[in-house]
Amino acid sequence: MSEEEEDIILSELDDDDLVAQMFDDLYDGLKEEIEEGVNILLERGWTPYKILTEALVGGMKIVGDDFRDGILFVPEVLLAANAMKGGMYILKPLLAETGAPRMGKMVIGTVKGDIHDIGKNLVSMMMEGAGFEVVDLGINNAVEAYLEALEAEEPDILGMSALLTTTMPYMKVVIDTMIEQGKRDDFIVLVGGAPLNEEFGRAIGADAYCRDAAVAVETAKTLVSRKHNQGATV
Amino acid sequence: MLPETLWAARNAPRCAMIPDDETLTEAGLALTGARARLLLVACGALAREIIALKEMNGWDHVDLVCLPAILHNTPDRITERVAETVTAHRDRYDRIFVVYADCGTGGQLWEKCRELGVEMIPGPHCYSFFEGNTAFAARSEDEITTFYLTDFLARQFDAFVWKPLGLDRHPQLLDTYFGHYEKLVYLAQSEDDALTEKAREAATRLGLSFERRFTGYGDLATQLAKQART
Repeated sequence: MSEEEEDIILSELDDDDLVAQMFDDLYDGLKEEIEEGVNILLERGWTPYKILTEALVGGMKIVGDDFRDGILFVPEVLLAANAMKGGMYILKPLLAETGAPRMGKMVIGTVKGDIHDIGKNLVSMMMEGAGFEVVDLGINNAVEAYLEALEAEEPDILGMSALLTTTMPYMKVVIDTMIEQGKRDDFIVLVGGAPLNEEFGRAIGADAYCRDAAVAVETAKTLVSRKHNQGATV
Repeated sequence: MLPETLWAARNAPRCAMIPDDETLTEAGLALTGARARLLLVACGALAREIIALKEMNGWDHVDLVCLPAILHNTPDRITERVAETVTAHRDRYDRIFVVYADCGTGGQLWEKCRELGVEMIPGPHCYSFFEGNTAFAARSEDEITTFYLTDFLARQFDAFVWKPLGLDRHPQLLDTYFGHYEKLVYLAQSEDDALTEKAREAATRLGLSFERRFTGYGDLATQLAKQART
């Protein structure tokens, strides 16, 4: 490696090169470098929303694509997500202040009996990156916890996650209870988790199964937009 | 000690045909025997226990083929691989029995077996049927923060857990993966002090408390005995 390659001074890069370097740093899971890059772009007058979408989400899209294609694996994705989280931590309060566009609101949680939250946390982060407000209920959620959150938060979307074959049927318990209470059609229901598939999503009455965080974001955008359009025509 | 475990311990040299754990992990086990009445299509992680049961019970009419145990880490590939193996061998056997639990396939393996007209062992995972599916299910609500190892997984902890999760390269991810776990339960198929220590060491590395439960072969023994009889 040449000396020039060893010492990249982020503040000396122009905007395009800095964003490109941030893509590389996200890919390599370099949290401190991402935080530095975000602060430099803020100092240069970039809006928080522009930094989020162009530098962070843009970089995570590459990570997501390479994960889907089997080039990157879970540990690397987690490191990249951790780096993005560092950037988001700086941007989040500023996004609220500067009135960034809001795509919708999601309540998300891992189902009862299940403590696995890696996938759920990735979805939460990418949904926030895409402009959704996310209320994360955490792990091991009983149907009552979901219903209380739907009542209190009035989201557009309910997201449920499960990693275990033994816990994934609980999603149907939640959906069936929503049907019983006449609330099912008030929300878009997205489900995800390693043992799930599209057929399972359909069988339990979810609106969609999302195989990864990127698909969750795209599906959420499409269904929220459709829901709003339907609302407008009624 | 349960009879099958005692037998396996006393007759270890006869089981010398079993490949080492690395081979069972990466390649599985090639078909044993040429043609028998019953073929077991199994996970490589179960090869030792199945061969021990086969030899102990004199099941000469039972052949065995094992898929690579590492499929455990990519459950989305299990159903297809099992189906291919069943299809490749079905003309040569009266019956085929699939020695996999659901193993994270989300019911797809069960559905595929039904479609192929073959039976499989019930239960969510091998650690469930080793403990006994009924007992495992009864405990499950109280053990959601428990991580399980079997004999095979204790021996192959690095290959199945530590390295695939990247903890050898990125130890800072430990809390991301195991932050909600509290206990490691080693469901032991054998009485092996060295292996118990290995399992205990795994618990320490993961920052979890440790418990050992001797299970023997559990439902695996009863299910295979039932298949071998019919």
